[in-house]
Amino acid sequence: MVAMLPSPSASIDFAALKRHDYRGKLIAVEGLDGSGKSTQIYLLRRWLELQNVRVSFTEWNSAMIVKGATRRGKKQQSLTPTTFSLVHATDFAHRYERHIVPLLRAGYVVLCDRYAFTALARDAVRGCDREWVRNLYSFATVPDITFFFDVPLATAIGRIMAGRPLLKFHEAGMDLGLSTDPAESFRLFQGRIRDEYERLAIEYRFTRMDATRSIEAQQQQMRSIVARLDLARYARRGGTNA
Amino acid sequence: MPDRFYGAGLPGVSISGLGGILVALEGADGSGRSTQIRLLKDWLERRGHAVAEVGLRRSTLVARELSAAKEGHTLGHLTMSLFYAADFADQLEHVIVPALRAGYIVLADRYIYTLMARDIVRGADSGYLERLYGMALVPDAVYYLRVSPRILIERNLQKSGALDYWESGMDIGLASDMFDSFVKYQTLMGAQFKQLQERYGFEVVNGNRTVRSVSNDLRARIEAKLGATLSAIAP
Repeated sequence: MVAMLPSPSASIDFAALKRHDYRGKLIAVEGLDGSGKSTQIYLLRRWLELQNVRVSFTEWNSAMIVKGATRRGKKQQSLTPTTFSLVHATDFAHRYERHIVPLLRAGYVVLCDRYAFTALARDAVRGCDREWVRNLYSFATVPDITFFFDVPLATAIGRIMAGRPLLKFHEAGMDLGLSTDPAESFRLFQGRIRDEYERLAIEYRFTRMDATRSIEAQQQQMRSIVARLDLARYARRGGTNA
Repeated sequence: MPDRFYGAGLPGVSISGLGGILVALEGADGSGRSTQIRLLKDWLERRGHAVAEVGLRRSTLVARELSAAKEGHTLGHLTMSLFYAADFADQLEHVIVPALRAGYIVLADRYIYTLMARDIVRGADSGYLERLYGMALVPDAVYYLRVSPRILIERNLQKSGALDYWESGMDIGLASDMFDSFVKYQTLMGAQFKQLQERYGFEVVNGNRTVRSVSNDLRARIEAKLGATLSAIAP
């Protein structure tokens, strides 16, 4: 073997899926579309910011660098389960290398609206080999807390359909050929994703949230769990916002 | 006629009855790879075979973004690695497999081994890459054009008057001087190819020779290895 070389990304272990020992903390939210997780992580972020915690936020599928490719692939419907998986992994890797890891090393609380688990669930539903996908994302550290917003399928679907008359092709999982009716396809697709989340919830010890409760009750629960992290350690140094 | 994947393979893609032949050529920039691909294509077409070509950064899916990223030097190693994997997968599913199904001879101007060697030299875990590229088809034949770093330098300077940033491994800080970096990087790549060659069993071809002798050598090897298959598909 050629000796490992020092490199800018030497701090990232390609091989192991394990807990990190960075100074910061990593908190992720996962759940079906319409489970209310984005609202909850927004409120959590505000709460942390207002008490002067060094906090950063990142969301799924947001790296500009691969947006063009994703858009083109979706438009031409040329994405296959494998390329869909790899394009999203590239996007995640970019945010991971450029944002998540440096911020964790700098002692930030990093909030992720969806994390690698979203890919593990979706790609498995699209037919990718589970071990292959797991290996693909094995560079990513397990979050310190993963909140899983558990909601009955019918509730999640009701929330999504209410706000959106038209479902997008991939969003509805139309590429799986489960049904030619977008609403029916979406229902079947989300049901399967929910099954995958159930597997992951046990394996990765998700903190399960009852997403049918009120926004305030859920937020209070999240805050009390996050408060156990000794937030004073992550406070912004020097000067306050006051 | 490829009939198996290295590992997990491609979900939803059947590879039974692929009638074509997949031949991959590996080697650094300046190894004569592209010239040899062109000569092989001429040779095969002269014999009446249909030939399709694939190579790195040629996918419709991500080639544009990948080239831009390469130009900007802004991506981390891991991101770059997966970007190339996406580029490869897109061509595998949309070009290689359909062409093989249609009975074409597919010439790959570099395949997964270059991608793996580059990543390993940059610190990636070889087991990670092996599982990742478990999606790849096992080619019928793979030839690695081995050329000494000194000759590579000479050819690259003759061709473009400059050494390429990536082919010199400038992103990994081996040396501040490009010439030194190129020699070190290509030496590491050569050692890595040796490892991969032992693992994947491809053939090493001495690329230090003239275009003509390398070409004759390649034809003879292909004839010996795939001659029967070639005449079977074009009697």
